[in-house]
Amino acid sequence: MATGGSVATVALRQQYVPAAKRGPITRLLEDERRLAFCLMLPTMVLLALFIAYPFVNGILLAVTDTRVGVPGHFVGMDNFTKIWSDDIFHVAVWNTCLYTFVTTVFKLALGLWLALLLNRNFRGKAFMRAFILLPFIIPTVLSTFAWKWMFDPTFSVLNWLLFHVGIIRTRINWLGDPTMAMVSVIIVNVWRGVPFYAISLLAGLQTISPELHEAAAIDGARAWSRFRHVTWPLLLPVTLVIVLFSVIQTFADFQLVYVLTGGGPANATQLFATYAYQLGIGTGLLSQGAAISLAIFPILLLVVIVQLIYIRRTETL
Amino acid sequence: MIEGAPWRRWVFFYVPVTAFVVSLLFPFYWMVITTIRPDSELYRPWSAANYAPFWTTRPTLEHIRDLLSETLFSTWMLNTMIISLAATAISLFCGLLAGYALSRLKFPYAGLIGTAIFITYLVPQTLLFIPLADIIRNFKLGDSPWALILTYPTFLIPFCTWLLMGYFKSIPKELEECARIDGAPRWKAMVYIIFPVAIPGILSAGIFAFTLSWNEFIYALVFLSSPEQKTVPVGVTSELVRGDVFYWGELMAGALLGSIPVAFVYSFFVEYYVSGITGSVKG
Repeated sequence: MATGGSVATVALRQQYVPAAKRGPITRLLEDERRLAFCLMLPTMVLLALFIAYPFVNGILLAVTDTRVGVPGHFVGMDNFTKIWSDDIFHVAVWNTCLYTFVTTVFKLALGLWLALLLNRNFRGKAFMRAFILLPFIIPTVLSTFAWKWMFDPTFSVLNWLLFHVGIIRTRINWLGDPTMAMVSVIIVNVWRGVPFYAISLLAGLQTISPELHEAAAIDGARAWSRFRHVTWPLLLPVTLVIVLFSVIQTFADFQLVYVLTGGGPANATQLFATYAYQLGIGTGLLSQGAAISLAIFPILLLVVIVQLIYIRRTETL
Repeated sequence: MIEGAPWRRWVFFYVPVTAFVVSLLFPFYWMVITTIRPDSELYRPWSAANYAPFWTTRPTLEHIRDLLSETLFSTWMLNTMIISLAATAISLFCGLLAGYALSRLKFPYAGLIGTAIFITYLVPQTLLFIPLADIIRNFKLGDSPWALILTYPTFLIPFCTWLLMGYFKSIPKELEECARIDGAPRWKAMVYIIFPVAIPGILSAGIFAFTLSWNEFIYALVFLSSPEQKTVPVGVTSELVRGDVFYWGELMAGALLGSIPVAFVYSFFVEYYVSGITGSVKG
C-alpha cells in the first residue's frame, strides 16, 4: 500500500501546478467545511426527500382521515384510538412479537451451531460457505414461492417425506390451519435467516485467537466449558449487533408473509406490515394504514437507542 | 482438522453439516425439478402411488418457453436490471462521498449527521411505504422506473456510507498527507489516492446494494401498477397467479431465472459479499 501511494504521489506531483494558478472551484474546495458540505449534499438531499419528508408526511396522514383520492380533514388522534381498539391490530401486534421472538431464537441457535461447525478446517470449506449463503442472496419472494409450492396441501413434497419417514399419518395442512400457518411462516424465515447469522458469527469466531482455546484446554476445560467461558463472552458483542439488526428486519417483515399466506387464514399470520398494507393500499384507508405502520416506530426507536448506547459503551472501552 | 474417533466425527460434524446443507439447498433443487417437470407429473397428489418427487424421466423446457413467450418476464428482467444498476450507481456515488466526508473531514455537526444516517440505515421500508406512495404520486413518478431508482438509494446509501466509512478509517492518514504536501488539492487527493485504495470496499458495497435492489418488494409492489413496468418479484407474484390458480411450472421457472443474475454476480464476488456482511454488522 505504501509503495503504491508514493508512486501515485509522484504521478500527481508532475501533474500539479502551483497553488496560485489553481481554478476557483479547486480553491473553494480546499476549505474542509465547504468540501464536506459538497460531499454530503447528494446524500442529504435524497434522504431528506425520501426518508425525512415521507416520515413527516406519514405523521400528517395519520392525524387526518385521508383515503385514496379523497383529501382528508384533521381528526387528531382518532386513527390511533381506532387501531388501539381494533381486534385485528391486537392480533397483528401479538403475531409480530411472537414471530420475531421465535424466529430470532431459532436463527441464533442454529446459526451459531452452523458457524461452529464451519469454524474448522476441512476440504471444500470455501465452497460450502458460498453455497450456504444462497437462501440469503436469492430474492425472498422467489424462494418463498418455492416454499409455498412445497407447502401445497395436495402436492406437498414435505408431506410425502414426513409420511414415508413415518412421522405423520395424515396430511398436514401447512398453510390452511391457523397454527400450522404460523409455524410455516416461521420455518421459512428461519431458513432464510440462518445463513446470515452463521456467516456473521463465523467472522466473529475467526477473530478469536486459537491460543485462548489451547490455554483453556491445557487448564483442563472441556469442549462445553471452553465454549461457555471463552468463545461465548468474546462473541457476545458481535452477536448483539447481529440480533438487533435481525430483530428490526423481522419485526418489519412483509414479503415473506405476503407471498406465503397473505396474513391469513383468518389473520393468523397477520403482521404489522401486512395489516398496514391491507388497510392502506388494499382498502385505500391511507391514514389508518399510515397510523399502523407508524406504530412500528416506537419499538424501532427503542431498539436503535439500545444499539447506540451499546456502541457508545464499546467505543469508550 | 476434525479430531476425535470416527463415530464422534460423524455425530458431531458430518451428520449435522449434511443436514444443514440439504435443508438450506433443498428449496432450490425443488425449483429446478419443478421447472423441468411436465404438468402431467406436476399435478399428481403426494399420496398417489406413482408420486416420484425427486426426479423426472421426461424433462421438459415447456414452462420456460411459456414464461418467455406468454408473459412479460423478459421485460421484468430488463426493468429489474436497469433499476438495480441505476440505484446501485447512485448509492455508491453518494455513499462514497458521504463516507469520505464523515470519516476524514472535520465539519460542524459531523457526529450528528453520522448518527442520523445510521438511524436511517435501520428504518425498514415497511415503515414509510404509505406516505411515500403519496409523495411519489405528487411528484408524478408513479408507475415509472424512476419511482424505484430514486427511492431504493434511501435504504442503500446508509448501508454504503456505513460500510465505506469503516474502510476509509482503515486507510492511514499519511497516504493523503503525502499527496497534499506535494501540492495536490484536497479533492484530487481524495479521488486519486483514497478512492483507488478503497476499491475492495466499493465492490462489497456495490454487490450488496445490487442484491438488495433485486430483492426489494414492497416499494415495487406499491409504486408500480402496469404489467410492463414491473420488476421480477412483483411480476411473478401478480401476473403468474390468477385468482386462486397458480401456474406452478411457470412460477418456479420464473423464480429460477429471476434468481440467476443475483446468483451470477454473487458467485464471482463471494469474498466481497461476505466481507460486506461482516462489515455491516461490525458497526
